[in-house]
Amino acid sequence: MATYSTNEFKGGLKIMLDGDPYVIVDNEFVKPGKGQAFNRAKVRNLKTGRVIERTFKSGDSVEGADVVDVELQYLYSDGEHWHFMDQQSYEQLTADASAMGDAAKWLKEEAICQVTLWNGIPLSVSPPIFVIMTIIETDPGLRGDTSGGGGKPATLETGAVVRVPLFVQSGEVIKVDTRTGEYVSRVKE
Amino acid sequence: MRLRAKLLAQVRAFFATRNVLEVETPALSAAAIPDPNLASFAVCYAGPGPRHGQTLYLQTSPEFPMKRLLAAGSGCIYQIARVFRDGEAGRRHNPEFTLLEWYRVGFDHHRLMSEVAELVTELLAGRLLVAEPERLSYQEIFQQHLDLDPHRASVAELAAGAAAQNVPIPPGMPAEDTDPWLDLLLTHCIEPTLGQGRLTFVYDYPVTQAALARLRPGDPPVGERFELYLDGVELANGFHELGDASEQRRRFVAENATRQAAGLPEMPLDEALLAALATGLPACAGVALGFDRLVMLAAGKSSLQHAMAFAIDSA
Repeated sequence: MATYSTNEFKGGLKIMLDGDPYVIVDNEFVKPGKGQAFNRAKVRNLKTGRVIERTFKSGDSVEGADVVDVELQYLYSDGEHWHFMDQQSYEQLTADASAMGDAAKWLKEEAICQVTLWNGIPLSVSPPIFVIMTIIETDPGLRGDTSGGGGKPATLETGAVVRVPLFVQSGEVIKVDTRTGEYVSRVKE
Repeated sequence: MRLRAKLLAQVRAFFATRNVLEVETPALSAAAIPDPNLASFAVCYAGPGPRHGQTLYLQTSPEFPMKRLLAAGSGCIYQIARVFRDGEAGRRHNPEFTLLEWYRVGFDHHRLMSEVAELVTELLAGRLLVAEPERLSYQEIFQQHLDLDPHRASVAELAAGAAAQNVPIPPGMPAEDTDPWLDLLLTHCIEPTLGQGRLTFVYDYPVTQAALARLRPGDPPVGERFELYLDGVELANGFHELGDASEQRRRFVAENATRQAAGLPEMPLDEALLAALATGLPACAGVALGFDRLVMLAAGKSSLQHAMAFAIDSA
């Protein structure tokens, strides 16, 4: 893998630190007029999501991380692993629970996901921003209430629970924003 | 840009009333500063003339030619100079920028600090400054913030101090040389707190950071150098100027040795400067002020791109 000099540091660059892949979030060049220059970087651990601060002597080099984002199609889960396919190469890849994180509850079969690969292995999975799902269970709300105020929990076909307006009923199909986990609208089939 | 032009006019008026002469010196030189922490741009001169085909360097400051003028009897001088430093870019750095540099014959660094304060106070015209300027020695700021003596602390003590402040320690820090550790602590723990609502002068640096300043024997001996901070931003660096040619040569040679050890190119020494020092530099103090940073602060901004027409990314 390539190495990067601090002069190449910028937001989004993926580097290896202490054996883990990190992405640079913020990079600041500091230098006393007559002294040693440093790069103060904020970096996010791509495995844990934790952001930490690191300082480098300017001009030093850091190993790059073999991290790429690819679009994969979700196939199925065997309960322990989640299986995906590259639609170009038909290669199949397997993600574990820690890579899936919250994404698992938003995935229906055949969904296209953004998957971050580290050395070819899924490191994290982002579900589609909007998903369309059927409600399998929710309390019957009051008919005629269209205000949307209040709301009630509804369980979706994948097991995810979202708050929906009172007028939305079991069996209906809704659109959900997976970034916030919020109901967006009903969808006519 | 209007503010910048207005401040430039004020600078010229300030020095005109004090009989300090504006000068211009070459930006290109056959010699360059060997300071291992400064990188000079090198350009190739195609000719004609005796320097045909030679590598020339863009100045990182106009200090050397200005000292040649001082040695030749110019008296007090100032220059608004475009300078170039490779490898420096960020919110507060741009590889080319404007230095306001001036020299006062007969001044020491304390008297020059007073003049710097007068000029900057006048240029800021009430902005940012709510208290009188303060002067703290390099030793005092380290003692106040970190309870460390910067002149005597070992690398191990400085490293422990950094760990205690949760400073992320960069890989590859030296085991012997304390200066990079002092710079680490200064930039991470101290600088951001300096100059809150007032001008903060830091003076009397470790002898290893004296650069072109005179040393004052004592316990500990110090370099008669100062820096000015405002709002956490380093604005100016000044010296009670070293006039001893052989001492200056010794420092240059040592810096080139450090460069060689670090795998950096050695720089051709400025023999014309050393010859001028040998004929006699009048006792003087000099200071270089980052004009773009001052414009940035006067404009209430936190990035240099607001003080320049076109910063490096769009130059």
